Amino acid sequence: MFRSTQRLRLAQRVTTAALRWTAQPVVRPTAAMATSGWRMFSTSGQQSIWIPFDRDQLPEDDPRRGEVFEDETDVVIVGGGPAGMAAAIRLKQLANEAEKDIRVMVVEKAGEVGAHTLSGAVLEPRALNELIPDWKEKGAPLNTPVTKDSMKLLTSSMAIPLPHPPQMNNKGNYIVSLSHFVKWLGEQAEELGVEVYSGFAASEVLYNDDGSVRGVALNDLGLDKNFEPKDTYERGMHVKAKVTLFAEGCHGSLTKTLMKKFDLRKDSDPQQYGIGIKEVWEVAPEKHQPGSVTHTVGWPVDNTTYGGSFIYHFEPERHLVALGLVIGLDYQNPYLSPYKEFQRFKHHPFVKDLLEGGQCISYGARALNEGGYQSIPKLVFPGGALIGCTAGFLNVPKIKGTHTAMKSGMLAAEAAFEKVADEEQDLKGVVLDKYEQSIQDSWVYKELYEVRNCKPSFSTALGNVGGILYSGLDTMILKGRTPWTFRHKHADYETLKPAAECKPIDYPKPDGVISFDLLTNVSRTGTNHSEDQPVHLRLRDKSVPVERNLAIYDGPEGRFCPAGVYEFVDDEANPGQKRLQINSQNCIHCKTCDIKDPSQNIDWTVPEGGNGPAYSWT
Amino acid sequence: MSNPLRIFVPVKRVVDFAVKVRVNPAKTDVDRNVKHSMNPFDEIAVEEAVRIKEAKKAEKKEVEVVAISCGTAKAQETLRTALAMGADRAVHVEVKDDATLQPLAVAKLLKAFTDKEEKKPDLFILGKQAIDDDANQTGQMLAGLLNWPQTTFASKVTIENEALKVTREIDGGLETLETKIPAIITTDLRLNEPRYASLPNIMKAKKKPLVKITPEDLGIDVSPRIQTIKVEEPAKREGGRKVESVDELVDKLKNEAKVL
Repeated sequence: MFRSTQRLRLAQRVTTAALRWTAQPVVRPTAAMATSGWRMFSTSGQQSIWIPFDRDQLPEDDPRRGEVFEDETDVVIVGGGPAGMAAAIRLKQLANEAEKDIRVMVVEKAGEVGAHTLSGAVLEPRALNELIPDWKEKGAPLNTPVTKDSMKLLTSSMAIPLPHPPQMNNKGNYIVSLSHFVKWLGEQAEELGVEVYSGFAASEVLYNDDGSVRGVALNDLGLDKNFEPKDTYERGMHVKAKVTLFAEGCHGSLTKTLMKKFDLRKDSDPQQYGIGIKEVWEVAPEKHQPGSVTHTVGWPVDNTTYGGSFIYHFEPERHLVALGLVIGLDYQNPYLSPYKEFQRFKHHPFVKDLLEGGQCISYGARALNEGGYQSIPKLVFPGGALIGCTAGFLNVPKIKGTHTAMKSGMLAAEAAFEKVADEEQDLKGVVLDKYEQSIQDSWVYKELYEVRNCKPSFSTALGNVGGILYSGLDTMILKGRTPWTFRHKHADYETLKPAAECKPIDYPKPDGVISFDLLTNVSRTGTNHSEDQPVHLRLRDKSVPVERNLAIYDGPEGRFCPAGVYEFVDDEANPGQKRLQINSQNCIHCKTCDIKDPSQNIDWTVPEGGNGPAYSWT
Repeated sequence: MSNPLRIFVPVKRVVDFAVKVRVNPAKTDVDRNVKHSMNPFDEIAVEEAVRIKEAKKAEKKEVEVVAISCGTAKAQETLRTALAMGADRAVHVEVKDDATLQPLAVAKLLKAFTDKEEKKPDLFILGKQAIDDDANQTGQMLAGLLNWPQTTFASKVTIENEALKVTREIDGGLETLETKIPAIITTDLRLNEPRYASLPNIMKAKKKPLVKITPEDLGIDVSPRIQTIKVEEPAKREGGRKVESVDELVDKLKNEAKVL
């Protein structure tokens, strides 16, 4: 019923002008601004949207203008994931060797280190071996070495073995829970004297007068839904640092602002992304083959959608299997639901057989980088640098990014230490050019350069077939030694076709045993956001979701969000109309909405620290 | 009161309330490899203690808030949060395995600690129950061991010199009790809204004293008196069925559900 009314509306509303229009908020001061001191953006004039207030416009005695507590550190690292922790550990190692004392702080938005970390994952220990050679004695949770590697092409009923490219040979690698690995890295960092502050979200980059990065500001605590201070209000402290390393992971919220401010993407292609949706299952012991790694391509995604799955058997004592589906966010059909594709995938006879008799114990999702070499931005700017997935060093054919992220953190740490340890230097606006140079000379770039043409080869008219053929040729024979470099021509948010041009996909209903409905799975993420706080998913223009996303694309945000945050519901105030409901409490911080919104209207900002998923075994 | 009013607040590190708890493969316990945080009722207890301290400060009366936790080394994180919220010092009673630490053992540890302390506590404020075992026993057992009055499920607390007035939430409504300190208070949900432990306070908390002791130091045997034999997930909910008549209902209740 809903769909047919939508098609009528689409027929009436879709014009070529609407298709070419991109959201450009127009600043039109409203009367409200004078009274409340808030700046509002509005294009349609009727519904105005807030953005975080301008403190200077508030009355003098407003607690939000209160005194700021500022602390100084030598290095602050935003994000306690593999890259952030590797950088912190390396800094302290260098300091201890040189018998110097430097202060290193890691600020992590998750309540516990590792709680927001999710990945496949098969870890290549190359960077870990360099960072902590005696990781085994120190108890690193690398418990399952890879014993078997296979690749399959799925059709709706068959699983055909395929030869896999040499990059995907996983001998010497380990199947891990990245969340547990990061937790262990955090313990190593703390032992070395790194100050790890989990449960604190860095919400703003602080700048000096000359425009260089001065550090970060943490979220205000105790604001209610309308940004008004509650009794528990406390202004977010400022962390001033000589060097600020941003390690926020794929599509970081602060990194987004840095890209704009310093034009870091000037000479690189737009970043390409995928969404990885994953479940961890406890399977029947007789079906468990610890160390087995399987990747599939083909069904359920069609030839024009980049996608593939992984199935990893790990933790011999607990018979765990990590499985998931990665779908390129450059998909074109707005009716595609990555979550439902994954649920459908599990019903393939090859997968269903493995899962029958088992139990799903964990679920989660995260966006990941697929742009590779061509999309790496400029990494350094005055006062700081980007490390890890927030810059984008994931090796797409290998589907591994942890080792390159860690190495980038280590190289940035080495460059930063040199500057910080030299007390003679005035470090305002320091540029870590040595980092940019050393990473280009390192195995990270060598690896990424070799496979640079694989992912883009999927974006031709031949679709996945062309991609598999070219990538096979490139990885096995050419090894990237070609004079050409395919480019990424579009950003992911530009690739959606209008709903009128596409067919809705008829997904099977979840059976509750192998496949699950979305909300059941969301409860397995342990996600929670405390109630009375500003909604962290901000709409630049409140009218766009219904007037554009729903009208032209039939509301893709209701389908690509793996946590059921976005829902188009009946608008009680305007009968017959719809409105976008944002269930921000469900958010699992995957960042897909910020990436894929065709109107680029959704701004993912960081909620109160400690909120978000509580992943385990992911 | 010339001496500072001493408030002891026991806190417990529990599985975070938002985590979906699961049974471990051995079916002996839940999977504790998940996110932990301070028991929400203990947060309320710390908040109440700190509020009393702040209120008395205005009257120029000194109050000392001491946070205590019995648990593994990780309990120190919880103590640091309590210190960041405003506690003055912390005591960590370190045990090897806190999954088997039961309320009676904790109450005994707290009594032994009280006996040993030179600066005796005037008040214990505890959370009414921990969200992992839902035991609701420690405060009451401690009151029994110390022979102090207990005011449980407090939703409002007032202290005037030695007089303690507590409003309790009971099944029938609200009950107000008057007693004298020293006493035990256990907190219920509506007592207050705990403050955030902000990062500047966490940094300041690092300088506050944290003392570590063991059950052996206190001469207490913490071995469990109750043995958990098995932990299972609740039975899967079966679908309901509609019946056509009352007779059919009675028949099914008698012969299938066997409740008649």
